[in-house]
Amino acid sequence: MKMPVFLKELLSYRSAVFGLLIIGGLIALAVYTVITIPYDEAIRRWRGGEEIWGDYPRNAVPQWFGVFSGESLPTTIVVNSKDSAIQKKAQTVSADMATADFILPFEYTFDGFPSEINVFLQAQYDKRKPQATLIWKTPDGRDFQLGDMTVGAADRFAISIDQRLARKLNDVRPEIALLADPESLKPGATPKPLKGKYQLVIEGLTFDKGSNLDAKLVLYGQAHGVAGTDHRRRDISVALLWGTPIALAFGFLAAVGSTLTTFAIAAIGSWFGGWWGAAIQRLTEINTVLPTLTILIMIGIFYTRNIWVILGIVIVLGIFNLSIKVYRSMFLQVKEMPYIEAAHAYGASNLRIVFQYMMPKIAPVLIPSFVTLIPSFVFLEASLAVLGLGDPVLPTWGKVLNDAYSNGALYKGYYYWVIEPAVLLMLAGLGFAVVGFALDRIFNPRLREI
Amino acid sequence: MASEALSGGTIAKPRGRIRVPDTLSRILKYVIYRSVALFATVVIGVYLTVLIANMGGYLDQIRISQIREGIGAAMSLDPANRALAPSELRQRIDEEVLIETQRLNLDQPFFLRSVNYLTDALTLNLGRAEHISSDSGSRQVRLILVERMPATLLLSATANLSLFFIAIFGALFLSRRYGSWLDRIVIALAPTSAIPAWFIGIFLILIFASVFHVLPFGGMVDAPPPPDLGGYILSLLKHMVLPVSALFLHSVFIAIFNWRTFFLIYSSEDYVEMAKAKGLTSRTIEQRYILRPTLPPIVTQFAFTLIYLWQGAIILETVFAWPGLGRMLYQAISIFDVPVIVGNVVLIAYLLVATVFLLDIIYALLDPRVKVGGERKA
Repeated sequence: MKMPVFLKELLSYRSAVFGLLIIGGLIALAVYTVITIPYDEAIRRWRGGEEIWGDYPRNAVPQWFGVFSGESLPTTIVVNSKDSAIQKKAQTVSADMATADFILPFEYTFDGFPSEINVFLQAQYDKRKPQATLIWKTPDGRDFQLGDMTVGAADRFAISIDQRLARKLNDVRPEIALLADPESLKPGATPKPLKGKYQLVIEGLTFDKGSNLDAKLVLYGQAHGVAGTDHRRRDISVALLWGTPIALAFGFLAAVGSTLTTFAIAAIGSWFGGWWGAAIQRLTEINTVLPTLTILIMIGIFYTRNIWVILGIVIVLGIFNLSIKVYRSMFLQVKEMPYIEAAHAYGASNLRIVFQYMMPKIAPVLIPSFVTLIPSFVFLEASLAVLGLGDPVLPTWGKVLNDAYSNGALYKGYYYWVIEPAVLLMLAGLGFAVVGFALDRIFNPRLREI
Repeated sequence: MASEALSGGTIAKPRGRIRVPDTLSRILKYVIYRSVALFATVVIGVYLTVLIANMGGYLDQIRISQIREGIGAAMSLDPANRALAPSELRQRIDEEVLIETQRLNLDQPFFLRSVNYLTDALTLNLGRAEHISSDSGSRQVRLILVERMPATLLLSATANLSLFFIAIFGALFLSRRYGSWLDRIVIALAPTSAIPAWFIGIFLILIFASVFHVLPFGGMVDAPPPPDLGGYILSLLKHMVLPVSALFLHSVFIAIFNWRTFFLIYSSEDYVEMAKAKGLTSRTIEQRYILRPTLPPIVTQFAFTLIYLWQGAIILETVFAWPGLGRMLYQAISIFDVPVIVGNVVLIAYLLVATVFLLDIIYALLDPRVKVGGERKA
């Protein structure tokens, strides 16, 4: 079958066109990902801790969620005193003592409250740690004393979980009380944020010469980016993006590896015959007794979770599957064909006959089964990851699903966390399956008649 | 699954005439040959599992250090041993560790131990679990497996049996109405079988448990279980709906599709055309000319369905917190409980091989074209 004819035929199936579009989209996404986020960078970010993800909200929904609810979901606001726009006022009080006052302003325009508020304080000092007093000013002119503290090299004041502050605010959670319209805090009303310009005033006092005080105010949003964030504040889009090339590569390599080796062994076995054929028969039987998933789980737990080692084992366990018998019977027919006899007669070597004459003859049969195999391997990787046996380093779709599942995303209502990787997995699965089915009809004329 | 059936589909054709004693000796030879081959298969399969499950002997090192750690901690905390000098205490600990390793045969070379494991497994002497115990508190692997089996059987029997019959009757129905909109929908939905059952399960949980709160997230009965039988069964059914639907939805379309194609291939045979020309009713044609020749693959498929019932769906049971064999196997692997892993594998291997063997024999008896015993006299 010539390529253009066969492509034309494939395109005559509407479902196949749909599947090809999905596959094309996924491949484009994979290429884009690999170019924009290099491999090492993706791993560094996905495995990073607070130094990378500190300013990201925890379990934030994707930003486009706001479109459905019609509200503007709060995103994260970061105000840093290291910003050049913020002026520090320093006044010398005595020889060593000096004030360091500054204001962190921000404008709040969202319909919801932040999920969390933190102030990160940094100080440089010689002997005595500087002191800081934090005052929160609302647009309508109210002041809240947040607290006084001595500041070390890097301190965090977690406003949202400060018990003393919460008690002062009548046991309303601080991130709500500090931003709410006072009218809406009355009993019976639902709290609503007061929109306008807020200020966090920091009055610092330093005790060493050259001592310095810096602060960063972070109002964590409820929504973040295209994909939202997870329990460790990581941007899920990193894993979703990098999951694409990994899933495609894993599925493709596993499918190629297992079909081609199966195919080659079937060809060699049928050509040489004798004990080869018998051995293949026995090995296939042993393989049906071996529990593939159990073995993969054992390997994941006992030996290694490296995705490429797992890939190798998947291929090895897939060699002697039942299709080897089907291929063998096809090769046995090909073996009797006149052109093979001719090749034999003019002295072609055994390997030449097997690889150059016999295998190409029935290679088209491989294509549909090969394409339909890809999604099963994509899902196999996800299955292992869902059991907690995903690659320890790489971010994959399955690992996002596993994180979501082990953190009770479905119980807590973080649906986006489950739906996003699931939809990608499903698209990949369906795309290949649909194309595979169409190919099967094209290459398998008996199915086409029906 | 059904593709296996398709490849075995060209079986029933008229029988040839064979002399009986000849057939008997042939079949006997064949039975012996097959049983030896299949037993060798089980031996190799189980031995490979034993090797992998013991990390090729490395797990013994882990076990010995666990024993040393346990005994060391117990003895140094024992007030009776306070008075001992450190060197003497160490010597005592070494002695205890030696006794314990000898008790567990850990001092033997791994090869010998692996052969022991193998013979124990093959004789179904499943032994004692290392960590897992049954709900009744027993460490007997046999009891643990028996305890978990009903849960798995309940789940997979409900799903797979209903699937099997609905698929066959649905396929017969569709093969009559081939080309109708229903037929097209099934064809269009067939590729969804690429999505595994546990994955569909997650979506079902999301829709019916998280959003609508109509069905439970997982588990087998409410906690605490309802005291009366009626309430218990009702609660069980409520918990079964989602996992069964997940298993069912996963393969129902592909199964109907495969059987439908299969029936269509058979209904385009010449003898069916002939029957149509004779003016037989479509019901008679279906029963006599389509169903009868397709019976062997249907039986094969049914036999395999029955075997796979025993094998718990590892991930589905984990996702639904269903207390069956699959979930237990996963737990056993996570805590290196080798006897439970091997017990589970050997059980399934025997069931599988026994069915294959039975099917082989039945085919050999029924179908003279399946050449048994090698050479044929001219």
